[in-house]
Amino acid sequence: MSLLTLSNVTKRFGGLTAVNDLSFTLTAGETVGLLGPNGSGKTTALNMISGYLPVTSGSIALDGTTISTLGPERIAHRGVARTFQLVRALPSLTVGENVLAALAFRKDPLWGSKAEAKIENLLADVGLAGRQQEQASNLTYIDLKRMELARALATEPKLLLLDEWLAGLNPTELRAGIDLITRLRQSGITILLVEHVMDAVRALCTRCIVMNTGSRLADGPTADVLADKSVIRAYLGDDHA
Amino acid sequence: MIFLIPLLALAALAAVPFFVGAYPLGLGIGILGYGVLATAWALFSGPTRYISLATVAFFGIGAYTVAVLADLMPYPLVLLCAALIGLVVALLVGLATLRLAGIYFVIFTFGLAELARQLVTYYEVNVTRTLGRYVFLPIGPEHIYWQLLGLLAVTLALAFWISRAKIGLALRVIGDDPVVASHLGIGITRTKLALFSLSAVVMTLAGAIQAPRWTYIEPSIVFNPTVSFLTVIMALLGGPNRLFGPLLGAVPLFLLFEWLSANFPNHYSIILGLLFIAIVFLLPNGVLAAWDKLTARFKNNEARA
Repeated sequence: MSLLTLSNVTKRFGGLTAVNDLSFTLTAGETVGLLGPNGSGKTTALNMISGYLPVTSGSIALDGTTISTLGPERIAHRGVARTFQLVRALPSLTVGENVLAALAFRKDPLWGSKAEAKIENLLADVGLAGRQQEQASNLTYIDLKRMELARALATEPKLLLLDEWLAGLNPTELRAGIDLITRLRQSGITILLVEHVMDAVRALCTRCIVMNTGSRLADGPTADVLADKSVIRAYLGDDHA
Repeated sequence: MIFLIPLLALAALAAVPFFVGAYPLGLGIGILGYGVLATAWALFSGPTRYISLATVAFFGIGAYTVAVLADLMPYPLVLLCAALIGLVVALLVGLATLRLAGIYFVIFTFGLAELARQLVTYYEVNVTRTLGRYVFLPIGPEHIYWQLLGLLAVTLALAFWISRAKIGLALRVIGDDPVVASHLGIGITRTKLALFSLSAVVMTLAGAIQAPRWTYIEPSIVFNPTVSFLTVIMALLGGPNRLFGPLLGAVPLFLLFEWLSANFPNHYSIILGLLFIAIVFLLPNGVLAAWDKLTARFKNNEARA
């Protein structure tokens, strides 16, 4: 059953067309990679799905209902959560409060002792057990990413958008990160991840969509897409194709 | 025990008018008035970091409402009307402006206060054909003191409750990162509007309660922009994100300004400006936060030694 459908989605910033007539469908439970060279429109696509940017034309539907006319808070309530390319912690809050902020304002809100227990579980799931009271501004980069993921998961999303969540991690952290997303995938959540780390894409994604200069270049099983000549040309130039 | 200390403090403060003369009581009213304004200002501006200079717009609306309606209805009803007018203005202004951020919001709120002053002046000059108004109400300074003390207690209780409630968390999230707030399902405009309006109603009441004290009011008195600046500087000095921070800033600064305006009336504004700059540079989060930082550093040094 299709969870997310993009139909002819276009985003223009003045004279620049960042996303051009993009269409694809995600089936519930899939983990799909959204790939492409820098500037190909991946983050813009994610921003339109989460409601951060309005679409210029086309439409986006979740579970068959159009969401591209809604603001981010209503899209969040319909089950879309995300992380950001540049981690967006809430620095003046503690780690626990960062997650509480997601629990308290989701569609089925949690507050008080119920929320406390849930925060413990969520933080333990991402490897931050016992760190509730720490100030978010004191966390290391990988821990900030873990916290941001816990915050996204706290909204109990149907669709999780990860924007280069694995970028900037050292090899050990990367392994831990891939394991973490693998566990999420096994829990049945649908994941769309923008990623440049190809090892992670191969390990996690059954299917990949490749974008180039705002348009969809390829869409199919990961191994086929990564071997596709037009994809290699887009990434590495004619000499390598 | 936790509730006993504030109640005892409140009782002690309520007894002050029985023991002091007219001048100290006047100082008490001034301190309470600014304590209310600074605490109300911090309700909204503390967590969101939206610097509002509209304080005096609501303060003046409160005072003018009393001047206009005092002869027409009983005093409690006048206060209720003032609160409602403050609420309606805050909702209208909030809906129009709370999408603004940073410097645009600051400038807009400053402009709003001036607009309120000019509109009232225009109306008085062209419609009622008299600029000032007299407020003759049988309300003595001790009653004004008690009303302000009550308003301060209610405002502090509200601030305490908000800091522990969901709406308080929502405001802090918005203050930290509005993009994250919206992606977590927080209705940003709704939340900001609620707190902006609540804060404005308290400010309006502070102006309304103090109106009988002046006997004669006119726009240049009750819409004086210095009130907005003083409120900001007081809240910043004490710390806008602490419950008692704004009040702590209001006490010494009110006394200082009182002394300055009596002794250096010509240099008052210059000193006020310099003090404003010094506080923003040296104590950006207020005295209480600076004190916490200092004690934390002291403890760390001790732990290392």
